[in-house]
Amino acid sequence: MNQTAAAENTVMKKSREEIMQLQREANAKALAKRRLEKGLLIGCNLIMAVFILLPLLYAVSVAFMPSSELFTTEINLLPSNPTLENFTQALVKVPLARFVCNSFLVAGCITIGQIISCSLAAFSFSFLDFKGKEVIFMLVMATMMIPGEATIISNYLTVSRLGWLDSYHVLIIPYLTSAMGIFLFRQFYMSFPISLFESAKIDGCSNLRFIFTILIPLTKSAIGAMAVYTFINAWNMYMWPLLVTGSNEMRTVQIGIGMLDSVDSQSITLMIAGVVMIIVPSISIFIVGQKQLIRGMFSGAVKG
Amino acid sequence: MMQSPKSHKTQEKGLLSSCLKKAGPYAYVVPAMTIFAVFLFYPFFKTIYLSLFKTNKMGEAKLFYGLGNYKDLLTSQSFYNSLAVTFFFVVIVVAGSMFIGLLAAVLCNRAFPGIRIFSTCYALPMAIASSSAAMIFKIMLHPSIGIVNKLLGLNINWISDPKYALVCVALLTAWLNSGINFLYFSAGLSNIDESIYERASVDGANGWQKFWSLTLPGLSPIMFYTLVVNIIQAFQAFGQVKVLTQGGPGESTNLIVYSIYRDAFFNYRFGSAAAQSVLLFAMIMALTLVMFRIEKKGVSY
Repeated sequence: MNQTAAAENTVMKKSREEIMQLQREANAKALAKRRLEKGLLIGCNLIMAVFILLPLLYAVSVAFMPSSELFTTEINLLPSNPTLENFTQALVKVPLARFVCNSFLVAGCITIGQIISCSLAAFSFSFLDFKGKEVIFMLVMATMMIPGEATIISNYLTVSRLGWLDSYHVLIIPYLTSAMGIFLFRQFYMSFPISLFESAKIDGCSNLRFIFTILIPLTKSAIGAMAVYTFINAWNMYMWPLLVTGSNEMRTVQIGIGMLDSVDSQSITLMIAGVVMIIVPSISIFIVGQKQLIRGMFSGAVKG
Repeated sequence: MMQSPKSHKTQEKGLLSSCLKKAGPYAYVVPAMTIFAVFLFYPFFKTIYLSLFKTNKMGEAKLFYGLGNYKDLLTSQSFYNSLAVTFFFVVIVVAGSMFIGLLAAVLCNRAFPGIRIFSTCYALPMAIASSSAAMIFKIMLHPSIGIVNKLLGLNINWISDPKYALVCVALLTAWLNSGINFLYFSAGLSNIDESIYERASVDGANGWQKFWSLTLPGLSPIMFYTLVVNIIQAFQAFGQVKVLTQGGPGESTNLIVYSIYRDAFFNYRFGSAAAQSVLLFAMIMALTLVMFRIEKKGVSY
């Protein structure tokens, strides 16, 4: 009796050990599989990232290349004698610093202007009641259907008749508002209870003060998203500045950089160095503001 | 006396606010609506008006031409070419950019170390200007020193060969647009409930089956939105054409917006350019409306 119990015990022990063993093995297998999957995933991502970034990486590489190195028949992915010459030359050959200042000024004004005008309009659409509100809001939304390119000729004729050509205001004023911005802000404001506005009113808060001290601080994420998006778009603007600016003093970066394109054929590396320099600001702003942008874009406006 | 500046200030403030009170809610929409009125509504109707006239070099309407400009367009070989080119361009751009965006989003769907960096990379093209990108591609596609020919061991004159020029411009645009598509699709993927994948795994579905029968249907609402936005955006391509090909070789990359630009600012045919603008607007609006109708019928939510 005692013996059989002991035997049973050892069997149990053994089988328990075996089970443990099996379990360990299965765990190790699953872990290995998971590791492999993760490794594979990272590998695929690496390939994809290199593929996506290839044009940019190549541009950076060419920007550091001496002009002679580019003109070979061999594969030259990386500069063997990296140089900063291209950057300094690009700054000398065309007034690139001026273009950058112009673009910062124009994009900055457009961004601030859009935030203010869109906040004001969105406030009115979401907290106030007035006659024709729906109609006016529909009108605003309808503007999203008109592509800017379809009105650009008439706009050009308008501003040239006004004598605005080749100035800062012609670059800024047409872009001081946006239907998308109004829509985005309104979407955010609608999520606030109306009682917030009513109680502020009872406390004697004026509308303007309500906007600037309550609404704007509460919608920082939407404003951040809007600011990043608007700034990058304004920085990258091409067709309008091409049409309405004529002198070097007023050129924005995207148009100005084209001047490097036509200086002479040996200046390819200069041109690319210039392109790299003007891409850096927009990319930096994008990387810094990416989180804001995504949060603002998808929490209010588009939600699956 | 001592108090006067202060009271003056409050009075001024009172004046402003009473003004605002009188004008009421309208005052807040005035800044935005003024800009819309001057730079969108007015030019919109002005464009329609101009499209009915023959114009002089200053763009002033001189001679009423009725629907003549439209008739001329619809009988011109060049305009049909421009439409066909735009159509192929839009198809390649939309398919390409949505494919890249979707692939990147699927790759970044599950957490792994470094996912932040990768997703920044995938979204990055949206921060790049079409003209800057075109300059980079110009060098990459250069027949003798370009990296594309060197890596592929080919000797193709990508940009000045009418067979390839359009595809090159389209792929460049697809690359530019893929960034925002990645963001859209990522947002769409994060909205899909994880547990359905687990249940599918228990039922023995493989990755491919899961993608086709769970991921894609789950993405269909955002997919539809992305499609509309992409088509509209592709129609408006301009900077890359201007920098890379200037509509050529021949007229093989003469996209509609470039054609408008050329007619107005090189040939000074503002009337014809205005008519093309109106047609561009009509096409985009029709597309949007048709797609929203399809959406109501077909897309599963």
